[in-house]
Amino acid sequence: MQNLLNWIDARFPLTASYKAHLSEYFAPKNFNFWYYFGSLALMVLVLQIVTGIFLTMHYKPDAAYAFASVEYIMRDVPLGWLIRYMHSTGASMFFVVVYLHMMRGLLYGSYRKPRELIWIFGMLIFLMLMAEAFMGYLLPWGQMSYWGAQVIINLFSAVPFIGEDLSTLIRGDFVVGDATLNRFFAFHVIALPLVLVGLVAAHLIALHEVGSNNPDGVEIKKNKDPVTHQPLDGIPFHPYYTVKDILGVVVFLIVFASIMFFAPEMGGYFLEANNFIPADPMKTPEHIAPVWYFTPYYAILRAVPPIFGSQFPGVVAMGVAVVIFFLLPWLDKSPVKSIRYRGSKYKIALALFVVSFIGLGILGILPATELYTWIARVLSLIYFAFFLLMPWYTKNDSYQAEPDRVNF
Amino acid sequence: MAVDRSKRRFLVAMSSAVGGIAAVGAAIPFVASMTPSARALAAGAPVEVDLSQIEPGMMLTVEWRGKPVWVVNRTPEMLAGLAKHDDRLVDAASEQNQQPDYAKNPNRSIKQQYLVAVGICTHLGCSPTFRKEIGPADLGADWPGGFFCPCHGSRFDLAARVFSGSPAPTNLVIPPHHYVSDVRLLIGEDAKA
Repeated sequence: MQNLLNWIDARFPLTASYKAHLSEYFAPKNFNFWYYFGSLALMVLVLQIVTGIFLTMHYKPDAAYAFASVEYIMRDVPLGWLIRYMHSTGASMFFVVVYLHMMRGLLYGSYRKPRELIWIFGMLIFLMLMAEAFMGYLLPWGQMSYWGAQVIINLFSAVPFIGEDLSTLIRGDFVVGDATLNRFFAFHVIALPLVLVGLVAAHLIALHEVGSNNPDGVEIKKNKDPVTHQPLDGIPFHPYYTVKDILGVVVFLIVFASIMFFAPEMGGYFLEANNFIPADPMKTPEHIAPVWYFTPYYAILRAVPPIFGSQFPGVVAMGVAVVIFFLLPWLDKSPVKSIRYRGSKYKIALALFVVSFIGLGILGILPATELYTWIARVLSLIYFAFFLLMPWYTKNDSYQAEPDRVNF
Repeated sequence: MAVDRSKRRFLVAMSSAVGGIAAVGAAIPFVASMTPSARALAAGAPVEVDLSQIEPGMMLTVEWRGKPVWVVNRTPEMLAGLAKHDDRLVDAASEQNQQPDYAKNPNRSIKQQYLVAVGICTHLGCSPTFRKEIGPADLGADWPGGFFCPCHGSRFDLAARVFSGSPAPTNLVIPPHHYVSDVRLLIGEDAKA
């Protein structure tokens, strides 16, 4: 066995990679609950890829057959319903996990120097994930698939001058049709997953280069054992965090399986009722709402009134609401990373931001009445104020000094 | 002999530029393949409608370029009502270019009686519903009859003009159309000069 390993190591850095990324990758010893979601996101990505491969064995990306082929998977393919529900539940749970993963970053300042690139790769993953989810949602070719795609693609036609041509290029037709379905399938099953996997690799390589942040926001590489040159506050990822993450996986899978078996539609939030009706270009459903994970951004889109007879400002606001996250490492001017040592201003700002995000998420599901539109406008302002005022309130906050060594 | 770095930089810059041009050229077939195919373009052919099948006050929806096109046979009462709410409209005189020139009038039609409009909301592309009743409970007592978009609540009158306060920025689109005879309408083509 050792001989085989030696043979491989002379040709491929197997043992070296294993040490660098697992057995001798030193992670801070004070990881808490919030640190489960990175490894869970990786697991859900694998789950989505595997279930996706098996779904493509039966799915037909053709406007005439798509809806029926999904029903065929649900009814006639042995255990096809289980694979499809794994994939649909996985999509929603992916966003649950990723939003919590991002929240961890906000709490402990994980985006701060020297982890700006980890954050940027992560945000690119988030963008790709949104595109992946949007395109995947068209594939069942139900009413909500169709009209949701219609609404989102029409956002591009609000771009001045080139808008109409751009949306025609995306659709490949003058309306959402077979051409659109076919190309979304291509993007969903091959193009975007390839990009996603590449970005996840870059995210992890960057992370393992600089090392993980932790709930205290203290750089563990500053305090090394003089003899071994390993961080005093670090423990090897394997076995310590592999064991911890497996516990997280077990708990997560209990929740996952409960949803998948007992409430796969999640009361219409994971799979919308209208999507069990085949797409009909002649008839718009009474109420169109995106799937829950897009609703905060949808609410921002609806909250912005048309200016000079153009939808474009709303579209821009929605785009900026996502892209503004990229700037976080440079907007945050505080001398400490973790919320544990930050003052009340940041804590209040973050609390308001979470309220506005959840509030917008709820409003995005509801029909746009006048009152709700006004609430959405106020919440949108809070959402943007969190970012735009950040240089000011993080600079003028009261801070406690960071400790030298990590606490628990 | 010293390395001539400027020559090297020049060569790198030139080969990068040429490579860049080649990359743009290579992208052309891929982008072109994503534009509407000959089949999609052919599906945009004009559609003929027999007007005699539409009773007064009723609407017929036909498909043109995969979009719903409404043909409404407006009654004299409906036409009379159109002039009564100009102050509540965004663009009562159809100043914005949302219709062919021959439909740029208050009724937005060639023949007053028939409204021909693309049934796609100018907000985000949902298809509004035909609500011809006057003052129903859900739309308010001042509703003069028209089209209501269920997605985001845009309101249009019976000439497909948008009411102010709607999310939709402009009136609905009037497609090119002309009358082949008294009772036959061709949607998707202007009258030949």
